[in-house]
Amino acid sequence: MKPIKEVTSVLAPLDRSNVDTDQIIPKQFLKRIERTGFGKYLFYHWRYDDNGVERADFELNKPEYAGSEILIARENFGCGSSREHAPWALGDYGFRVIIAINFADIFYNNSFKNGLLPIQLSEAEVEDLLKKSKEKPLKITVSLETETIVTEDGDTYSFKIDPYRREVLLNGWDDIALTLLLEDKISAYEKR
Amino acid sequence: MSKTIIEKIWEKHVVHREEGKPDLLYIDLHLVHEVTSPQAFEGLRLNGRKVRRPDLTFATMDHNVPTRLNEAVTDPISEKQMTTLEKNCAEFGVPLAGMGHPDQGIVHVIGPELGLTQPGKTIVCGDSHTSTHGAFGALAFGIGTSEVEHVLSTQTLWQAKPKTMQVQVNGELGQGVTSKDLILAIIAKYGINVGTGHIFEYTGEAIRKLTMEQRMTVCNMSIEAGAKAGLISPDETTFAYLEGRPHVPTGDEFEQLKVEWRELATDPDASYDAVIEIDASEIEPVVTWGTNPGMGVGVNGLVPRPEDAKTDAERAEIEKALEYMGLEGGTKMTDIEVQYVFIGSCTNSRIEDLRAASEIVAGKKVNSGVNAIVVPGSHSVKKQAESEGLDKIFLDAGFEWRESGCSMCLAMNADQVPAGMRCASTSNRNFEGRQGNGSRTHLVSPAMAAAAAIAGRFVDVRTFKQEEALV
Repeated sequence: MKPIKEVTSVLAPLDRSNVDTDQIIPKQFLKRIERTGFGKYLFYHWRYDDNGVERADFELNKPEYAGSEILIARENFGCGSSREHAPWALGDYGFRVIIAINFADIFYNNSFKNGLLPIQLSEAEVEDLLKKSKEKPLKITVSLETETIVTEDGDTYSFKIDPYRREVLLNGWDDIALTLLLEDKISAYEKR
Repeated sequence: MSKTIIEKIWEKHVVHREEGKPDLLYIDLHLVHEVTSPQAFEGLRLNGRKVRRPDLTFATMDHNVPTRLNEAVTDPISEKQMTTLEKNCAEFGVPLAGMGHPDQGIVHVIGPELGLTQPGKTIVCGDSHTSTHGAFGALAFGIGTSEVEHVLSTQTLWQAKPKTMQVQVNGELGQGVTSKDLILAIIAKYGINVGTGHIFEYTGEAIRKLTMEQRMTVCNMSIEAGAKAGLISPDETTFAYLEGRPHVPTGDEFEQLKVEWRELATDPDASYDAVIEIDASEIEPVVTWGTNPGMGVGVNGLVPRPEDAKTDAERAEIEKALEYMGLEGGTKMTDIEVQYVFIGSCTNSRIEDLRAASEIVAGKKVNSGVNAIVVPGSHSVKKQAESEGLDKIFLDAGFEWRESGCSMCLAMNADQVPAGMRCASTSNRNFEGRQGNGSRTHLVSPAMAAAAAIAGRFVDVRTFKQEEALV
């Protein structure tokens, strides 16, 4: 897994609650047997109309947010299906950080396994960042090492990530390789 | 110290515990299907790893299988996903109930049916509705594909211990009100993220009186309230269901298991991190009107008006949902007409569901404006229904009678609701586009779906008469 330490990018605002994984990556695109190539289908029915033409009014289609690596939304981001295709699609599209008031559990877990950093901020902080990023494109820097977000205007927000998850992400460790170091314990459990 | 069933199962499965890290939990049963597993098997192959315990792993195909008899898989990418699962199971020694196998079916229907699902087990699957198995007093939850790979390789998972929440159901469900209405009412009352970070335990007399299949419907939709899992302490109803199932031990061994299973039940004075309550006697059959499972009202109620919202955010959400659903605030739920009816899914496709729907349908005809299909949850449910003559009741009424699979619940196969059309569905999610791009889903119980098929609109199944049907 690619480690993640610091990301600087324009913040892309997706001013919605309950963004479910069916919207993040619709089911017709779940049939691939690879982990890659899902980015072009991200938010497919929000991004494109029935003729495959980009919807000009959808947030991410606006030119000022092109190439953004940080997305911000409201509460319960990633609810619904367990499909890991959701973080795969977000990552493949180019996002490395998602900021929200809170996340659905399975999506939250899946993100860490794929080098995608989910950050929880308070409702007031999310409101504040949404507002600022809609006024003018706002460049921010997210540092996992210091657990802070600093905007280009110098505003600072802090966040917390579970220390173990943080360490795994900072180092880009392979979960399975770490677990296999405990193989004797697993075998001992099986003999009980 | 007094413990909940959740804590008891958790503690029994800790392989390794270390300060500052999540627990490493042992997994007793890993269910696998074609959509969320290919990348996991590929990961094993790339790293030269094997499946640690094929004997604790069981695979089936359900998400994109065709449900018309002998229908070819028309989509080459779907077909590739299915042949990939066959190849992976053969290569790694994992048992598979593939297409045409007598045990094939929706993964959350066949686990219990085969007796693979048992009290006290930790059960995972790359599917959020794994919470279904909690009905047996198992700790069962959905995982992503990276975790599928982790379990295949190590038979364990790193898990931070979630909080516990008691969902206390007081009183009794009224006549004609089902466990589907109960869970929809709970989600409507408390919202779709009340359970985030928690595991539910459903308690109360109304829960005790439910059959195993009814309990599965409740636990199935725990995830729709945001909970990681939802379970019910096992009791005699649980043991009676399990006795004699293919993977359940017999004789003295079964008697011994029952003793252990009884001890799993939550201790009388155990406490939870949070408690929510609902009065079952106040619930009427529920129909959802919006684009998440919490947007539901009683069938005799009205579609909410945006102006009645308490906050701006809520108002915006209602407006957006009504626009997608093509509904106006204040409309009577019973004035909403449907063009499609789907009876199936891991929520409501078991034999009792089909019996309940067939009772409504018997001797009547599907409304002329409605396409209605029944998709049994497994090959074995289908055979059982046919032996009871239910297929004939549905076919005579004008329903289609299909092969088992996930089908129109998520519309990955050919079973889709066209854009702008409205479907009364016994499934679990009414998200935008869930049943097909532009489709409009209303979640209901099997009996309510059957009645909507006959009437051509939503009706109160408790009082429905043929004269109420659209002509």
